[in-house]
Amino acid sequence: MTDFISANLPYLLGGISVGGQYALISIGYTMVYGILRLINFAHGDIFTVAGFFMVYMSATMPLYISLPLTIVLTVALGFGVERVAYKPLRQAPRMSVMISAIGVSYLLQNLMWYVTGGLAKQYPTVPFISGTVTVYTATTKMVTLVTPILTFVLVLALVQLINHTKIGMAMRAVSKDFETAKLMGIKIDRVISVTFIIGSFLAAVGSILYFTNYTAVTPTVGAMPGLKAFVAAVFGGIGSIPGAVIGAFIIGISENIIKALGLTTFSDAFTFALLIFILIFKPSGLFGEDDNEKV
Amino acid sequence: MKKILALVMILTLMLPVLALGETEYAGTVKIGVYEPASGDNGAGGKQETLGVEYANFVAPTVELSDGVYKVELVIVDNQSSTDKAPTAAQSLVSADSAMVLGSYGSAVSIAAADIFDAAGVVAVGLSCTNPQVTLGNPLYYRICYLDPFQGTVLASYAMDEFGAKKAYTLANLGNDYDVGLATFFTEAFKGKGGEVTGETFPEGTSDFTAYLTNAVNAGAEVIFAPTSTTYAAQIISQAAAAGITTPIMAGDTWDSSVILDAAKGTDVKVSVTTFFDESDTSGAAQEFVKGFKEWLNANPDKMTDNGGNDIVAAVTALGYDGYMVALEALKAADSIERDDIAEVMAGVTYEGVTGNIQFDENGDAVRDQAFIKATNNADASWTFVKVQGIE
Repeated sequence: MTDFISANLPYLLGGISVGGQYALISIGYTMVYGILRLINFAHGDIFTVAGFFMVYMSATMPLYISLPLTIVLTVALGFGVERVAYKPLRQAPRMSVMISAIGVSYLLQNLMWYVTGGLAKQYPTVPFISGTVTVYTATTKMVTLVTPILTFVLVLALVQLINHTKIGMAMRAVSKDFETAKLMGIKIDRVISVTFIIGSFLAAVGSILYFTNYTAVTPTVGAMPGLKAFVAAVFGGIGSIPGAVIGAFIIGISENIIKALGLTTFSDAFTFALLIFILIFKPSGLFGEDDNEKV
Repeated sequence: MKKILALVMILTLMLPVLALGETEYAGTVKIGVYEPASGDNGAGGKQETLGVEYANFVAPTVELSDGVYKVELVIVDNQSSTDKAPTAAQSLVSADSAMVLGSYGSAVSIAAADIFDAAGVVAVGLSCTNPQVTLGNPLYYRICYLDPFQGTVLASYAMDEFGAKKAYTLANLGNDYDVGLATFFTEAFKGKGGEVTGETFPEGTSDFTAYLTNAVNAGAEVIFAPTSTTYAAQIISQAAAAGITTPIMAGDTWDSSVILDAAKGTDVKVSVTTFFDESDTSGAAQEFVKGFKEWLNANPDKMTDNGGNDIVAAVTALGYDGYMVALEALKAADSIERDDIAEVMAGVTYEGVTGNIQFDENGDAVRDQAFIKATNNADASWTFVKVQGIE
């Protein structure tokens, strides 16, 4: 039994840590979808840009400045992208906004490619969370333990914000019925901006945790976590925050179990097969609301 | 006033004529450099290109019977990606390259072989070690050793040095170089009575903890991971975080400062096979190392391309040799026409800084030994271990 635990604990720890990082990204997807019915394809790239912000700023600034500044700049980027690429298309068909999102995604990727020359950059060491820790018999980075706890705390705070503040109420109203909320005098643009700010903030925190664990930052590194976080959001029921978090943890842990079973080649295939499976059998996901179109 | 103006104008117009008078080139010959400057292999590709550029700095002209030709390098970025590589290769062909050098990474070389072949351009692989690069591509030559040889050397080393009986191999799924070298290693290791567990990971993987745990649980005494350097950095840092002390081995790709940076200050033991060792004491090699370092220190941009230090990578030495082999080929053909070069290429020989270069019937260099180096984690440098051949 002890042998079994010590052999398998690293998989579980890795899975929980990866799941937490997917969760922080997937909240951004799910909130934007809830409000705008838009899949924000640029979200994974904002996550990557946050990584590069940190790499470049930590080269010249001490950590206590570069860390908060990374978060502030990432939030500003998310806010800016919404204002420049999505807001002018508010009245346009949903498909146009989606194409605009894909455009932003490629623009950010290529900008990063241009600035960095496409080479992997080493992420700076963040004290405390970069340190190693021994859990029972497994040795791992501190960040592995910090990630799920921080994710839990942030999600709890977010749920409080949505359920108990005025802006949260406005968000709920907008996600229920965009047009009526507008008629009731809710400032739609403000609600949408706040949504993007929260999403980008979580992406920035997720990026700090992710790159502390996996220290190479390249322009395309966010593509895979971004896609998987999106699958997690769909799995949990897109639009639902607890759904996205639980979906992310399930995907992170299952991926590692699949690798532990020796089926390493299929670990990504599993994630995307799950997406197809969910879309066929329960399109609304685990916690999603049934999307009955009102006539 | 008008007269002075007229005089000035006449003199200005004459300037190009004067400039022409200074150089007496019979023409320009273009050599294409087909290397990645971005993507997973960008770091290595840049170092290989540096070798070619330095060689061009040392020998900027070539003398044929009808005069001295200026050698111009046409450098493209194949982005380490097999779907973008053909476009890069095509642009070299269209730019009238007489010959092509490259690429770092066998997969992109294989992807471009047909394009060079169709255009009749001789290509000289510098550090691409997969057999498929030259096999069935009569115009593709190479100056380094091959993976079946490298895999066998590594398998012998794993058994002799670490006394390993069980090995674990990790390769990037769908990458010809990784999977090929892992297969050759496995064959050789099993041939010597060892046991091997092999796994592959999909493109874009960042989390290697599960793979490393698999290796430990399989009881592996050595981990063989011939991946590109981006993944290598992840593997090393995660092995360090998980406290894994099983020796990690890899092929020529890992001979990069990326590996040194990742291993610095950790307890991870990394050994690699490579083509060239900086501390080689032979005259040609020492002269090259000295000259290259001076050139690098005089050009800050080039220093950045080399990873910010002046450690001489083996691929840089191969880049240098490749360029010199190309000049030999031009001299042997006594022409800058593609067809003439193709005719004489098989017979070209050259005494390079990485050893004697001559081609066999496949167009591969005849090589029978590899250098083995290990990381010195205290000061991020390579320690030369030994020269290993195969019995």
